[in-house]
Amino acid sequence: MSKRLRVDPTACTGHGLCAELLPELVTLDEWGYPILADRPVPRGLGQEARRAVTDCPALALRLARSS
Amino acid sequence: MNGITGSTALWYASRATGVVSLLMLTAVVLLGVLVNRQGRLPGLPRFVVTGLHRSVSLLSVAFVAVHVGTAIADPYVSIRLAAAVIPFTSAYETFWLGLGAVSLDLIAALIVTSLARAHISRRVWRGVHWLAYAAWPVALAHSVGSSTDMQRGVLLWLAVGCTLAVAGAVTWRAARAAREVPRVKRAAVTLAQAARRPREAGLR
Amino acid sequence: MTYAAARNLARPTPQPAAQPAPGAPGGLPRLLPGRGAAPADLRSHLERHGRPPYRGQSARLIPVLQESGLTGRGGAAFPVHRKLTAVIEAGPRPIVIGNGAEGEPASDKDKALLRIAPHLVLDGLQLAAEAVGARSVGLYLHRGSGRPEQLRAVLAERAAAGIDRRPVEIIDAPARFLAGEESALASRADGGPARPRFKEPRVFERGVAGRPTLVQNVETLAHLALIARYGARWFRSLGTAGEPGTMLCTVHQTDGTRQVVEAALGTPLRDLLALDDRASAAGGSGGSSPWASTAQAVLVGGYHGAWLPAGQAARMTLSNAALRPAGGFVGAGVLVALPADRCGIAETARVTRFLALESAGQCGPCFNGLPRIATALDELAGPRPDPQVRADIQRWAGLVQGRGACHHPDGTVRFVRSALQVFAAEIERHARGRCTAPGAPPFLPLPPGAPATDADWS
Repeated sequence: MSKRLRVDPTACTGHGLCAELLPELVTLDEWGYPILADRPVPRGLGQEARRAVTDCPALALRLARSS
Repeated sequence: MNGITGSTALWYASRATGVVSLLMLTAVVLLGVLVNRQGRLPGLPRFVVTGLHRSVSLLSVAFVAVHVGTAIADPYVSIRLAAAVIPFTSAYETFWLGLGAVSLDLIAALIVTSLARAHISRRVWRGVHWLAYAAWPVALAHSVGSSTDMQRGVLLWLAVGCTLAVAGAVTWRAARAAREVPRVKRAAVTLAQAARRPREAGLR
Repeated sequence: MTYAAARNLARPTPQPAAQPAPGAPGGLPRLLPGRGAAPADLRSHLERHGRPPYRGQSARLIPVLQESGLTGRGGAAFPVHRKLTAVIEAGPRPIVIGNGAEGEPASDKDKALLRIAPHLVLDGLQLAAEAVGARSVGLYLHRGSGRPEQLRAVLAERAAAGIDRRPVEIIDAPARFLAGEESALASRADGGPARPRFKEPRVFERGVAGRPTLVQNVETLAHLALIARYGARWFRSLGTAGEPGTMLCTVHQTDGTRQVVEAALGTPLRDLLALDDRASAAGGSGGSSPWASTAQAVLVGGYHGAWLPAGQAARMTLSNAALRPAGGFVGAGVLVALPADRCGIAETARVTRFLALESAGQCGPCFNGLPRIATALDELAGPRPDPQVRADIQRWAGLVQGRGACHHPDGTVRFVRSALQVFAAEIERHARGRCTAPGAPPFLPLPPGAPATDADWS
């Protein structure tokens, strides 16, 4: 079952950890906020993705099932 | 090794790990403030700050566990396990040990919610995490009050140093937060900042 | 255009002859009462329509709504029957809230409806509550408008007559552009500020107090109340096959007048707006003709909508089928004809500044991007703007789109992008130091004052 990264933009304060931990899927815009790639998390990055979700200081990042 | 020497070893171990625990908890609080203010350790990526905050807090749990365990195991003073988690139920140094139990309970709540933070609501996690600002001073009070170790000499200076560091970090965080633009004004402030060159005179 | 003249704008699409249900309004108007614009009191409402036709069981109304093809009239045009079904399937103890907080400055239709035909709205609210099995019912209204007090009196009247099956709680909203957004409504109903929330979970799944919440615009509820009485076929007797029924529109003419009219979907826009100067050419006996200024462009869908050149708009109808391919949409029925003697860029810049200031300040891309876009538009509205400005706007537009918790950045970007396209010639003029209307008075309506404190959102 594939998963997608989602960010709650009301909680995100632009810490930028997600982009450091998952550069393949997350880049930062010119104001420091994450731009998430519009594709499911590849199997090889599952652990990194889970870590990014747990480590986000604002608890803004989540993994959701992609429908 | 006779009983008294064995007991002394446990007692020293408890006191030593107690001091180290306080140092580590101080470091955890400082790192936590740094994470919150999106600060960095020079030259290191952001995830190092968060990673250290987590690692040091887990390590301090280990030290606190040894500190509590050796105190209980030491037969010289009678401290039951229950007294370590239920505040103010110890016969020995009821008050100061009680504070230790309070701080232990608070730290346990912090650790448990943080380990499960991906599975609980953000509001619950944040609410419990604010208790860190209660756990640390209680731990400090317990450290200074429950034995004379930290009331003199190098250890006293250590206690003073930790207090100053935490007080400074908290003050810094509060000051920065007070200067933060409130949500309602963010767009207006950005609007004011974004004004580029002034409008030239009139259009034909 | 008088109200009486506006009533006759209906062009029913040819339908096989159908027997209307007894008492059903034959043509226009449907929502607004037939005897002029006076508020309908309970007695005349009951005389015209009777008591609400409760089904006695939840979900019974849904097949009728499905057949009728009723879609939301709050702007999103989501099929009503699907929303009701989704709420029923989402879980127990649903809540129904009628959304009367019309934050769009250019729209008056919900205000007019609540003033003139509140009983239709409240009938619809009760019927929707029955359809989803809700015991908790609310009505969301801007405070300080007089409407909460007015509606409380109306509700008391209905309670005395034993018309409502569920008591209705009035929830007051701050006068913000985003206050009527679905999740902002849910947040406010939860006792917090009227700020949009992250859409997971959706409001219909877990809205107010974590319960499935049906949010429906007040005009949608009014149509629902009529469909429940007169049936799907009656509803479909006006409008188009793909977009049946009628809707309320707020029409702004080039002379500055604004009026709420009810029109069938599929009505040509040129029947609603005076887009050319035939009238001024034909008239001319003393005094200035009301159509002195022809329209250069039309704004459809409000401040989250899109500009269309007047010539193109004149060939369009009031339907998503016609407007969407041109980049527009029907939305909440706002139609503004911009006179030829105004600067479209300056108007767009003013409104975009308002939209930026109405950001809830929660999402980084929004409160960073919209003010920058607004400032850049201000520069485009001035003489000899920096040539880099247009590229900046496009870059920021791309950055904010889809990255907020609500559609405020998306709608603003749609509005701005359409302006850059439609008013390209004006931008060229500005680049040479000229302008169609330097220093002209503002045309597009905006409310006074920008939000300054948290209390402005709570």
